Amino acid sequence: MAMLEKYEPIVGRGVIDELYLLSDRLKNRSIQHINSTAVGGGVAEILNRMVPLLKEIGVNAKWDVIKGGEQFFDITKKIHNALHGMREAITPEMWDVFWKTGEQNSAELECSADIVFIHDPQPIALINQKDARRNKWIWRCHIDISNAQTRVLDVLRGYIVRYDATVFSAPSFAKELPVRQFLISPSIDPLSDKNRDLPQEAIDEVLSFYGIKNDKPMITQISRFDYLKDPIGVIEVYRKVKRYIDCQLVLAGGTAADDPESTEVLQAVRSSAEGDPDIHILLMPHNDIHVNALQRASTVIIQKSIREGFGLTVAEALWKGKPVVASAVGGIPLQIRHKYHGLLCHSIDGAAVAVKQLLQNPEYAQRLGANGREHVRQNFLLTRHLREYLLLFLSLYSTEDIIYI
Amino acid sequence: MDIKPIEPFIFYSSLHLVELTGVRASTLVDLAQHLREVSGSCIYHHTHQFVQQHQYLAPEPANDFACWASDTLGDERLGEALAAIDIMEHPSIRSIREALIKVIEDSLKNRPRLKGIFAPEGEEFDFLKSVSFVFPTGYKATSLEEFADCISRISLNSIYFHMFEARLRLERPTNDFSNWLAASLGEDSLAAKLAQIDPYTQTGEGIRASTLKILNKRIAVLRSAGNGNA
Repeated sequence: MAMLEKYEPIVGRGVIDELYLLSDRLKNRSIQHINSTAVGGGVAEILNRMVPLLKEIGVNAKWDVIKGGEQFFDITKKIHNALHGMREAITPEMWDVFWKTGEQNSAELECSADIVFIHDPQPIALINQKDARRNKWIWRCHIDISNAQTRVLDVLRGYIVRYDATVFSAPSFAKELPVRQFLISPSIDPLSDKNRDLPQEAIDEVLSFYGIKNDKPMITQISRFDYLKDPIGVIEVYRKVKRYIDCQLVLAGGTAADDPESTEVLQAVRSSAEGDPDIHILLMPHNDIHVNALQRASTVIIQKSIREGFGLTVAEALWKGKPVVASAVGGIPLQIRHKYHGLLCHSIDGAAVAVKQLLQNPEYAQRLGANGREHVRQNFLLTRHLREYLLLFLSLYSTEDIIYI
Repeated sequence: MDIKPIEPFIFYSSLHLVELTGVRASTLVDLAQHLREVSGSCIYHHTHQFVQQHQYLAPEPANDFACWASDTLGDERLGEALAAIDIMEHPSIRSIREALIKVIEDSLKNRPRLKGIFAPEGEEFDFLKSVSFVFPTGYKATSLEEFADCISRISLNSIYFHMFEARLRLERPTNDFSNWLAASLGEDSLAAKLAQIDPYTQTGEGIRASTLKILNKRIAVLRSAGNGNA
């Protein structure tokens, strides 16, 4: 069975047919995705799924990865952080290494496809090949650059403006640019280990693995231990709820090896939770089935981030039909329209009220969860993402707002 | 009597890609100002995309301007007034644009304190626009029965395209279904009934069901009158 056909029971035949129809219009075009890593990270994860699907529907797609030494990737990490709004000093010497590596990659990597699709800043300098090739170039920014360090963004801007189109994940990430900017949200894969259906026994097994009893409502936040995810705020929310409803809290996530702050956050979280046996702090290795099971075992899922790129954990929770309380930041308001698919909050008190409402009104919670699942089915699955990429490729050949294909 | 249409009805559909304009409003004064300047594709996007994005929800959320006024600026009165703009009554995007501006400007005039309300940082109104890709679906009808059969099978995107996108974005006088039924089948009364379906206050499947109900009733009448080829 073709891979795409496996999505039909979830999204319906019409969605699959539309993908074939669009790919037919791109039959004579070649697409070349380029990013900086073949494994690890959200971009590689999505390309690993997306490129085989593009090929399957007849699009001539390939995926190349640029090369770079440790020094280059240390610098690109700093550039990434600066674009996220963190304070990072990028010295002229660092920029020199960045551009020189760009030149080396440009010499080795032929960007000859009809459409070259560059992901994130690392391979941005490949655009230097454009003039000689006269093909179409897209720059896809996966980063929230709404609070980017101006100096760093300004350096990159000189390259961004040479692309034919740019793509951002949320409206607030857009900048004033003299090139077309498209909004394409990331997506979740309903067939992946993180999102596929699980039998109750598998869920129970994971709960028992972590020593969690299913004897009281379970509030869960799945996120790495990072101040921007506000895990201590989540504990405060739980305590405010616990005064009225006997419940338990699960804070599950990993720490990033390259982030010394995460160990400090984990310590602070542990000390804040000390003495309460109903708070489960799970430092998890990467395990998608465990994340899936914990989300499915939850009564309410929280995502109380202070800043968020897109926050796909929200789509993951909604896909499982769970009622969600989440901060109105980054891409979260695209995933939740307040009181339709879940509840948005702006504070610890607001989140606590929302969680109480959901726990006290299971029918209301269930209705929000069902709406949320449908919202994700329509708007945040991989098939929608694939469709929008195909439309994006077609849009490069027209400047009209209504295009007959 | 054998009623044969002059031309078959070709079912089209459309898919949308959202383009960011970089235009952003943080107050109602800004919003009204930008509403005058942005493209018709922006007005179409913010008054229609929600219908398709939330086609399974009953009741549906209001249009994006109404939601921003209510949820972000906290003025439910204005939100209600913006949500109450009857899009069915407007023959063009231009007319919807004028109606939106009028509601906002009237509110600013009658309640000047609204001028001082700012959206919180990060919750400004971002003007987006829809780029539509229009294509034939492969379905076509040459009789009322075939037409009803197609309606039961085409995608909801196709129904939305012929019900409101063709009317407003392509500025056709009425929805495509009514237009064809009247012009090709001479079914003026049926056409008028379909034109009364309000696609903005029901789910996508609800629109399909209402359309089919009207069509099937007419087919039954024609059959009982002895016209086998409805």
